[in-house]
Amino acid sequence: MLGTENLSCIFKREFKVYFISPIAYVVIAVFLVLTGWFFFSTFFLYNQAQMRDFFSLLPIIFAFMIPAVTMRLFSEEFNTGSYEILATLPVRFIDIIAGKFLAAVSFVAISLLPTLSYAVFISFLGDLDWGPVIGGYIGALLLGGAFSAVGIFASAITKNQIIAFIAGMIICVTLTLIDKLLFFLPESMLGFFQYIGADHHFQNVARGILDSRDLLYFISLIFIALFGAHLAVEEKK
Amino acid sequence: MIEISDLTKYYGDLCALDHINLTIEKGKILGLLGPNGAGKTTALRIMTGFLSPSSGTVTARGISVVDDPLGIKKMIGYLPESAPIYQDMIVYDYLVYISEIHGLSGSERMAKLQELAGVCGLRDVMHRTLHELSKGYKQRVGLAHAMMSDPEILVLDEPTSGLDPNQIAEIRDIIKKIGKEKTVILSTHILSEVEATCDRVVIINRGKIVADGSTDDLKRSSKSDYTLNLVIGGAGPAEVEEKLSSIRGVSSVGGGGPRSGGTAYTLQCDTGDDIRGEVYRRIKETDWLLLEYMQESKSLENIFRELTKEN
Repeated sequence: MLGTENLSCIFKREFKVYFISPIAYVVIAVFLVLTGWFFFSTFFLYNQAQMRDFFSLLPIIFAFMIPAVTMRLFSEEFNTGSYEILATLPVRFIDIIAGKFLAAVSFVAISLLPTLSYAVFISFLGDLDWGPVIGGYIGALLLGGAFSAVGIFASAITKNQIIAFIAGMIICVTLTLIDKLLFFLPESMLGFFQYIGADHHFQNVARGILDSRDLLYFISLIFIALFGAHLAVEEKK
Repeated sequence: MIEISDLTKYYGDLCALDHINLTIEKGKILGLLGPNGAGKTTALRIMTGFLSPSSGTVTARGISVVDDPLGIKKMIGYLPESAPIYQDMIVYDYLVYISEIHGLSGSERMAKLQELAGVCGLRDVMHRTLHELSKGYKQRVGLAHAMMSDPEILVLDEPTSGLDPNQIAEIRDIIKKIGKEKTVILSTHILSEVEATCDRVVIINRGKIVADGSTDDLKRSSKSDYTLNLVIGGAGPAEVEEKLSSIRGVSSVGGGGPRSGGTAYTLQCDTGDDIRGEVYRRIKETDWLLLEYMQESKSLENIFRELTKEN
């Protein structure tokens, strides 16, 4: 029995469950309405064929949306007791958490999919530079992954989904806005908080520049959050 | 088969299990008995690797649950209390999901699903969503889940709680059938269940084992006072009491209530000696009519209460 088979079992189940309940469709609809409205309400005013505004909005929208997507992943299982079944099946914890994480990231990717039509639409209107658009989507996936991991951590600390959502949202909003909230700090310290914050790194990638420092930031955030989730679950044993 | 040694579990300051030692042989049905909060579920959760012990070890066929939890989990089929299975799935999908996790391939899987649907009586509900099912059916799905991998050890936490008498009888039959080849450990606080299904009973109270043996062993070993129920005609209560209370071993003669054709008496006997012959001899000396004569041995219920009562 190889680990990857179990991982894909967990992934398939979690991913399917998103689309069994109406929550998925509601979340995707709200996401599209919000991004669509915020983006197109100013798009024609600026009269520029680019998606920068769309991507600059994305972190704060993700900070609210992704914790809602991930809140049930562990909390629901703790609450109904089904985690006892999952934890006593011959599955490694790493497969459980990786399966749940990939399901959440895939869900985020699915909800981003319809927004590709914005890019296609704009490319008809004017001369769209595809570099930042591709960078933006890569950044969106990295950011989605990091926020999903944070959301999973929040879900692993409580069996109450509402608390999981609020905790996840607070961490994600903080990561998004920290450098803007602390604008009064001296330059040297601001740099540090900028590095901690997710928005700065995301905007770098969205500009079409793939820097290893930004990649490293997102990947370490994912690892730290998932490891935190692992510790939170271990603590309950 | 399973060795539990010095198993201790603390929840904060609360001691749930206190140095438990137990060896469970293969091919036996073991009943774990105890009042609420005695530590039954905790013990089962540690055996199945869901909780980790504060100290002590659990090994099955030499594999330690702490060192190789995955190895143990492959060996054990577990039905947690009240079968908390995923409510949002269809029974068929759920069982397929479990079979995939156990690594059953396509053809194996279909055969296994067919078999389990038959054994657990799930054929009619295969395409219903789990949250629509009654508690009894959920319990059966849980049982099918536990048996999916043909485990050598089956751990069932209160498998019949909340079921109606017909379902209880069915599930007991299933357990007995499985228990012929596999090792089954079940927890319960229903005493008749233990008498009906288990080869061996372990009673735990406040995290300690207070009794261990077959139901017959337990009945025999407890301080064996028992009662004789008699119905005698043609004699007054005073006469009967005078005659019988002088027998060695009889602690009291009670009763005196009217019964069809005579009067009912109960003799309390407080020694292990068999006094039935002596009682009969005494009665034979008189011209009384002996209408009923029955020994009532102590029930498991009395033993249970004696062992687990609050100080």
